[in-house]
Amino acid sequence: MIPLSSAETQVPEADASEEAAPHDEALEVLLARVSAEFGDAVVGSHIRPGQHLWVRVTRDAWRDAARFARFELACEFFDFLSAIDWMPSPFGRDMDSQEDIAVFGKPQRESQPQRSGYAGGDTRFQLFARVYSVSRHHGLIFKTDLPDDDLSADSWVPVYAGANWHERETWEMFGITFNGHPHLRHLYLPSDFEGHPLRKDFPLLSRRIKPWPGIVDVEPMPGEAAGEGGGEDEGSE
Amino acid sequence: MGNVDLTEIPESQKLAYIAQQAADGRVNLEFETDEGMTLNIGPQHPATHGTLRIVAKLDGEQVISCEPAPGYMHRGYEKLTEVRTYPQVTTLINRIDWLGSFANEVPFILAAEQLMGIEAPPRAQYIRTILFELSRIANISLFLGDLGIQLGGITVGFYAFRDREFVLNQIEAVTGGRFHPNFDRIGGLKDDLPKGWIAETKKAMEKMRAFCDEVEDLLIGNEIFQARTRGIGVIPPEIGLAYGLTGANIRGSGVDWDLRRDRCPAGLVYDKVDWKVWTHPDGDCFARSWVRLQEVREATKIVDQLLDSIPSGPVMAKVPRIIKVPEGEAYVATENPLGEMGYYIVSQGDLVPFRVKIRSASFSNVSIVPWVCRGVYVPDVISILASLYFILGDIDR
Amino acid sequence: MSAQLAVLAALDWDLPYWAVTLIKVLVAALLVPTTALILGIVFLFKIMSWMQSRLGPQEAGPKGLLQLLADGVKFLQKEDVIPERADRFAFKVAPMIVLVSTFLLYVIIPAGPDPAVIADLPTGIFFALAVSSLSVIGVLMAGWASANKYALMGGIRAAGQLIAYELPMVLAVVGVIIQAGTLNMNGIVVAQANFKLFGDVGPGIPFIITQLPMFLIFLAAMQAELTQPPFDMPVAESELVSGYQVEYTGFRFLFFFLAEFATAFAFGAIASVLFLGGWYLPGLDVNSEWFWLIGPAVLFAKIMLVSFLIFWFRFTYPRLREDQLQRLAWKWLIPISLVWLAVTAVFKVVM
Repeated sequence: MIPLSSAETQVPEADASEEAAPHDEALEVLLARVSAEFGDAVVGSHIRPGQHLWVRVTRDAWRDAARFARFELACEFFDFLSAIDWMPSPFGRDMDSQEDIAVFGKPQRESQPQRSGYAGGDTRFQLFARVYSVSRHHGLIFKTDLPDDDLSADSWVPVYAGANWHERETWEMFGITFNGHPHLRHLYLPSDFEGHPLRKDFPLLSRRIKPWPGIVDVEPMPGEAAGEGGGEDEGSE
Repeated sequence: MGNVDLTEIPESQKLAYIAQQAADGRVNLEFETDEGMTLNIGPQHPATHGTLRIVAKLDGEQVISCEPAPGYMHRGYEKLTEVRTYPQVTTLINRIDWLGSFANEVPFILAAEQLMGIEAPPRAQYIRTILFELSRIANISLFLGDLGIQLGGITVGFYAFRDREFVLNQIEAVTGGRFHPNFDRIGGLKDDLPKGWIAETKKAMEKMRAFCDEVEDLLIGNEIFQARTRGIGVIPPEIGLAYGLTGANIRGSGVDWDLRRDRCPAGLVYDKVDWKVWTHPDGDCFARSWVRLQEVREATKIVDQLLDSIPSGPVMAKVPRIIKVPEGEAYVATENPLGEMGYYIVSQGDLVPFRVKIRSASFSNVSIVPWVCRGVYVPDVISILASLYFILGDIDR
Repeated sequence: MSAQLAVLAALDWDLPYWAVTLIKVLVAALLVPTTALILGIVFLFKIMSWMQSRLGPQEAGPKGLLQLLADGVKFLQKEDVIPERADRFAFKVAPMIVLVSTFLLYVIIPAGPDPAVIADLPTGIFFALAVSSLSVIGVLMAGWASANKYALMGGIRAAGQLIAYELPMVLAVVGVIIQAGTLNMNGIVVAQANFKLFGDVGPGIPFIITQLPMFLIFLAAMQAELTQPPFDMPVAESELVSGYQVEYTGFRFLFFFLAEFATAFAFGAIASVLFLGGWYLPGLDVNSEWFWLIGPAVLFAKIMLVSFLIFWFRFTYPRLREDQLQRLAWKWLIPISLVWLAVTAVFKVVM
């Protein structure tokens, strides 16, 4: 067999295409429409050419954004809704077992700065949801920040009926309430479950008990320089 | 409320806490029982393919309202991904839709590749697409059999189990795993195809086409089947879209939308083959089943064409051995057997993803059940559930 | 051969009444489980797995033929679980009532000329239709007594279905009765032996030739009475999880199982007698004493044929919905049978 392409020829191509396509006109037009509608309520945006448009709106404009997307932008398809906890995990990667702690003591973790993703973010909790237009083939991802002292947002259920379950899941996993939701109750968890599992400060119980062998077990492959992989791994902790 | 800091409490209490959480595997529903009869369909019930519980309030045989209660199998994958490196995550997400496991891996891998800015070699892309379609065939052929079992024609089920073996054997020949291949890698595939596989797969595709004809004769064309499914569980397209229905469920409502054709992510080669997206205008149980049947036929055609045009070359791009994904966010969705499955990955430049939102198809597909099951009869609930086709692992991630 | 003739002769003339009765009761008691076993093994295990392209049981006995016996022993060993809130008396009695109705059906099935039938009632077929409806009571009791919503729904579905399908079944039978001019089962067989379509030439023709629509209606009604697919809503596995049987274990479940298959056999026998000529083989003299010998074999062959049809439908068709089943009975089967009844009556008068 004659190789038509190889790994060496592929990688530069991918790099070149990334540099060559810095903008995406369709998504920019879409962003312009959203910005024109909401003005100051749009507090951040990001375009990944050929992929998605991220628009961060204020919390007050959250439901209006959905309504605008559905009725003005024809985004009739509701994809998903969820949340992100931007707080850096206090447990790191949860690789320490109780045995390790007993022997070496509790490791001091330097407090990492809180970072945020595309379209920015100011607070710890951020809602995000994606809608899409099946007829016009465009879609966008909305984000909104939630202040720490009032974890609530307007529900999307009046606009997209399918947001019901997604909001119930977000409510129980992050503790974010949705005003106007028909009935926020537990979806996955038992009703007397304490805590919000997807928050970063909720410990992953199994990992607290037993170390995960995979993550510490980074050994150099035979014939490879020992410092190459392992050093990089350790430096990142 | 409040989070338990388990690092502070002794070992024995921790285990007790975990055991209590595990034993408390119940989901309480605030559900009035003043009028009518409340019927618990599930958690252990043949129609729920696992442990989904559906609480239905009945008036005679008629369903006044019904409410699915998932969660008996929630495994917390979104949390678990946060403590696993990117290559380790594929082991987990194999178990989401366990009948089409390979298809689960692909969108995650593609999202990671997108963030890293690498692309698999063409041969890997072709093999990926072939395996993707093979898992679709394996998955939906079992759907067709299960549809028969749910509606009382158990023979179709046995035919499905028999003929699915041909496809599973082909998947096993490449990946070594029948259900959980864990074969996809960031930047390519674990291995190349074994010798003679292409010819064998073509034979298997012939058999699957024969299976489709058999199912059409035995089940889809059957008058009783049509009486049970036509006009039952009608979902209008706008309602379906608002509920986030995808895949054959929304195509059965007449929406001509297929991610393979309309939003094919880089790394799959659907644009290189000639195939058709089938839709059905009715939106009822029959339409959904029929669209799925056609989907299997189209998938066999896609596999045949890809097998003919598969290029040579390596199956793995050059990727660093320790995979660190640059900071960024990506959402990649593919048209999985059950519908749109996507992974929203938030990376902070670490070995592990910072947050993974798993958008699974069945979660949205089943959320429409309360809407569509109002006023139908109890047997129709079974038809509707069977035709919506959910895999429990796909609801309870 | 001659020994058997001697036994039959002895049955007829020499033995006292109580001895004849005892032998007949023993035969019936033996027939019910045996026929259920035969149908279970041949159709449920062998034909079904053949149709579904799988092997079926292979281990117990030669080619797995003893699997059902092993299953029966397993059922006998199981714990007899009665739900806490069940109506204990009704719960215990229900399977027996169902089984008794099956036993009573066997009473009037003629395996040959007169002495080869347990009770050659003058109103045999009337009796059969009456006792076959008895099982509804048992099913309804089982459904109610189990204290289970699925069982209750199954029981009520079964009641509605069995009542709805009594009517087309009776009407289908009435067509045969009109043509034969008798309610006696052996009389119907003899009538078919003497029935000639064109004048007095040729062999006796079974009533299926003239009563084909009635035969098909009888088959459908029989399928519904037996609660087999496509009419198995009372026990629908994917909906009601076996319906009224859901709380039964061990030998009580075995009773239901035996009753289901033995009733299938009995109905197969009734269908053979009514429409296929029973123990009579066309071309032979109906008064021949040979029918004491070959009659049971002929009848058995015909029963297996009818059972094959029943189980063929069972393994092929999906399940109807309850309201569709009622619609089928009241809107199609009953009108068609009424029309054919009128046609039969007219021909009977004219000819």
